[in-house]
Amino acid sequence: MPQHYAWAWNKDLIVGLVRWFHSLASPPHFYRLAQRLSPWLIATSVVLIVAGTYGGLVLAPPDYLQGDGFRIIYVHVPSAYVGMLAYVMMAGAAGIGFIWRIKLAHAVAVSVAPVGASFTFLALVTGAVWGKPMWGTYWEWADARLVFELLLLFLFLGYMVLHAAFDDRDKADRISAILAAVGVINVPIIHYSVEWWSTLHQGPTIARLDAPAITLDMLVPLLVMILGFTLYFAWLVTRRLQGEVLERERQARWVQRLAAGEPE
Amino acid sequence: MNAFALILRRDLKIAFRRWGELATPLIFFVIVASLFPLALSPEAYQLRDAGPGFLWIAALLSSLLALDGLFRTDVQDGSMEQLALSPAPLALIVLAKTLAHWLVSGVPLIALAPFLALSFYLPLEALPVLVGALALATPTLSVLAALGAALTVSIRGGGAIIGLLVLPLTAPVLIFGTRATSLAIHGEPAVGPLYLLAAFAVLAISLGPLACAAALRVGLE
Repeated sequence: MPQHYAWAWNKDLIVGLVRWFHSLASPPHFYRLAQRLSPWLIATSVVLIVAGTYGGLVLAPPDYLQGDGFRIIYVHVPSAYVGMLAYVMMAGAAGIGFIWRIKLAHAVAVSVAPVGASFTFLALVTGAVWGKPMWGTYWEWADARLVFELLLLFLFLGYMVLHAAFDDRDKADRISAILAAVGVINVPIIHYSVEWWSTLHQGPTIARLDAPAITLDMLVPLLVMILGFTLYFAWLVTRRLQGEVLERERQARWVQRLAAGEPE
Repeated sequence: MNAFALILRRDLKIAFRRWGELATPLIFFVIVASLFPLALSPEAYQLRDAGPGFLWIAALLSSLLALDGLFRTDVQDGSMEQLALSPAPLALIVLAKTLAHWLVSGVPLIALAPFLALSFYLPLEALPVLVGALALATPTLSVLAALGAALTVSIRGGGAIIGLLVLPLTAPVLIFGTRATSLAIHGEPAVGPLYLLAAFAVLAISLGPLACAAALRVGLE
């Protein structure tokens, strides 16, 4: 009965996957996995960021319009990207935690928020530094993406402040998850509103980066940097999450055994 | 639907008995709007350019000012728990309370705005659009502010946080509200932004009370 076997195999696979996810949601299992994974994450990200920096600062040719000034793109774009990725991840994790009451998912959301806010802030600062030589001003209200990043930073801060305002952690997790979920509906609306608003205004007449097709020797270091930043972000979140889990589970036996330095 | 009408009547009655609380956000709106020319300049051309944006910011702030008490007093005296236990869906009750709040704070604000706009030298032809935009935008603002109030209901002194949570979410309303107003001032059709404001209102009214109800349930635990 080939069909029967196929079903059995599928069932095993599905059950296996569910078990795997389930075990991942168990704090001690996650903690051990993170302990093994994090050196690899940081090592790979350092290699990629060093390679991307070399490629971006040395190998890539200067831009025909912006000269060497464009090279800040290798920090600006990856941090803006990671900031948005962090928001999606925070909201997704908070939503999963709220619906299925998975504590680890709430811990993920709480650990991601400050990291995402930092990367968004970095994107704003590098955008301002880039804006000065290119647009002649540190801040350009007419640039939709800059304004959007600013609002994204406010959303991160709102989540963090709301979570910090509660004494009861369980309540804090679930209420701020609702805020994050509302944010998910709002972020695209805000994004397109700001975009539409700025195109109705006089757009910046100085050349924008997205207009010309980017050449390959500029693009490859950028992609390497994006990957490196993403892994670095993953490492930061993993380490924060480990700390968060230890704090949340401080009464659990496995944490106390870990603290006492006993083998598992 | 019966529960909806009852809650609406009850909240309106309470609001009119505490008329001081009712009037505060409106007086705030008027005072802030009258201070604005002192801060900027009395020049007509400057006021006409910056006036609409300023009216919108003042409307935004005063709609937030009124919100802290929306659920807090009910939670403190225990009546919110009774409402949450009642067979009527909590989202519907929240909608009734938000509507009551909009009637006593949003509608007077819409009525006041044309007079302030005239004092900023806005042309008379632009006033219907301003009123229409405010009428479409203030329900969204009320729902968002109710969400802020619901999220912070179990925090002591949570009022200050509401602004931080809600103001970034109001950016689209602000953008299209001022857009509609300034289009009307320049004599251009303002239908596009008005449609968008209406769409935001529909979205906020349909989804907002559900989120508020979820937040209230967690807050009541």
